[in-house]
Amino acid sequence: MTTPDGDEARSAGEAVLVVEGLSKVFPGPPPVTAVRDCTFEVRRGEFVAITGPSGSGKTTLLSLLGLLESPTAGRYLLDGVDVIGLSDSSRCVQRAHRIGFVFQAFHLLGYRSVLENVELGLLYQGVVPKGERRRRALEVIDSVGLTGRCDGLCAHLSGGEKQRVAIARALVGQPALVLCDEPTGNLDSANSEAVLALFDDLHRSGMTVVVVTHDPAVAGRAQRNLRMADGVLTEAVQA
Amino acid sequence: MTRWGRGPTRRVRVRWRDIGGEAAAAVVQRPVRTLLTALGTILGVGAFVATNGLADTARAQVSSRFDALKATEVRVQDATPDGSNPFPADVADRLERLNGVNRAGLFYMVPDDGSLRVRTSPTLVGAGRALVPVVAAQPSAVLAALPELSVGRLYDDFHEARGERVALVGRAAASQMGITRVDNQPVVFIGDIAYTVVGVLDEVQRLPDLLLSVVIPVAAAERDFRIDGATFQVLIDTAAGAAQLAGHQAPLALRPDHPERLQSLVPPDPRRLRRQVSDDVTGLFLALSALALLIGVVAIANATLLSVVERRNEIGLRRALGARKAHIRRQITTEAAIIGLLAGVIGTSLGLLGVAITSTARDWTMTINPSTILAAPFIGLLAGAVAGLLPAIKASRTPPAETLRA
Repeated sequence: MTTPDGDEARSAGEAVLVVEGLSKVFPGPPPVTAVRDCTFEVRRGEFVAITGPSGSGKTTLLSLLGLLESPTAGRYLLDGVDVIGLSDSSRCVQRAHRIGFVFQAFHLLGYRSVLENVELGLLYQGVVPKGERRRRALEVIDSVGLTGRCDGLCAHLSGGEKQRVAIARALVGQPALVLCDEPTGNLDSANSEAVLALFDDLHRSGMTVVVVTHDPAVAGRAQRNLRMADGVLTEAVQA
Repeated sequence: MTRWGRGPTRRVRVRWRDIGGEAAAAVVQRPVRTLLTALGTILGVGAFVATNGLADTARAQVSSRFDALKATEVRVQDATPDGSNPFPADVADRLERLNGVNRAGLFYMVPDDGSLRVRTSPTLVGAGRALVPVVAAQPSAVLAALPELSVGRLYDDFHEARGERVALVGRAAASQMGITRVDNQPVVFIGDIAYTVVGVLDEVQRLPDLLLSVVIPVAAAERDFRIDGATFQVLIDTAAGAAQLAGHQAPLALRPDHPERLQSLVPPDPRRLRRQVSDDVTGLFLALSALALLIGVVAIANATLLSVVERRNEIGLRRALGARKAHIRRQITTEAAIIGLLAGVIGTSLGLLGVAITSTARDWTMTINPSTILAAPFIGLLAGAVAGLLPAIKASRTPPAETLRA
């Protein structure tokens, strides 16, 4: 697994993500406030879990952090860049270069190989030569332990393997932040444990990870827990 | 060693080759869906190629089978018949000077008031036999009928100029009258006037009535018989392609004082006929193939729209990975265009196969314009690209947060 170096090491401890008064109201009727006045920071290299009951606004908050949705109000600095008010194209650039996503449903292209799925994480970064994309994808695939399955179709993989491919795809673009939505939600306990071990490795390598989860096991592995209830985010007391 | 979180913040470009690669992979790696999507366009392009191929082939058949004999025959007749001869005496001289006219001459059937009674002896034996008609024809008219003789010779301008009493006898008439040879200078009596038979017509390619008749020079007929009330006509044999022009010019050449007195009967213009036949065929089938192609476009558009709905997660994922709306639009349009191109190639092959089978079954020579074959796949490509536009716009509007909701 990788570790921060140089500039990144020097900036360890700096805020990767600064959110102030972030709110999201879905227009009705009736209007629904999914995220209410959230303020928090995530520092570089932190492993943060956001927990809470269904419908509490966790996924909406993750959408806002991942620039998949625009907030109704508030301020959001991602890796030092004020991303509120950016155009759709600029948000795409930010997503391509600074954010990696891991989804509960994996969202792999089943008819494509493992290697092609991982390379997809670099496609929208711009002109990365095909050879360079392949080299970097193979490197990340190796780090998640799937070297032997490079050419296999994703449709033929087990749930745990699929999630490891999804993690590789999130990492291949060398993002500042990895956002995970219920990463073990579709996995059995053995596969969950393997994926969590991977997150541990990631955390140790200096990657900043924010996980939305119901799973206490995942929350327990996180360095810091935030709790969401009725759209309001609070710092949970560490058990 | 990895440095997390580096990278540009400015807008980046994704190469067309990469977008095209993604589109090609989506098309190739799901062959059944691709084939079903392409089906309408395959039929449309196939119909287009088959239509043009069959039209070209049919055009070639019309060309090769067109009756060359009829295409070189012109007749001129009295536009307002009053029983008199509207033609000048020097028909051949006037017409054979025209471009493309080989032979031309006056002919008419000598009116029979019952006094002609063609026979081989001066006495009226064999009464009750079928009457043999008498045709007066200038030598050039006989030549224009393209005759073949079984025995003897044709009469010529010398006989015509002098009004010699010579006759040609058609094969059937000769058989009826027992004339088989001319070296003994047989005669036929027309009325009470003896005509020397100089030849027996074995075959004529035009004016088949001559085979049943006795044919005599016009000058002799005018002198010996009443010709009022005859149907006077001029027969013209033209070079290939000259019939239209000769027919147009003949009335003026014959009667510059009253060209409207004469009327030309010309064969249909082979080019116009050919064009008309092929236009009819092509117009009908092109309309059908355009309809089929339209159905193909709608089919691709419909299938692509369904596919976009089905692939909502994939499109959301691509947006989450940083794809701009334009990238999604390009990919979906390119996919549809590739499907259209494939459909075009398959449709072209099937269309050609259809033309080949039809041509073979009808013993035709398969003829097809190469530009049809070259254009057809691109018509498919264009149809696909057009069909992909709407689904592409719809796909690009997929919210990137879609992936989190799935």
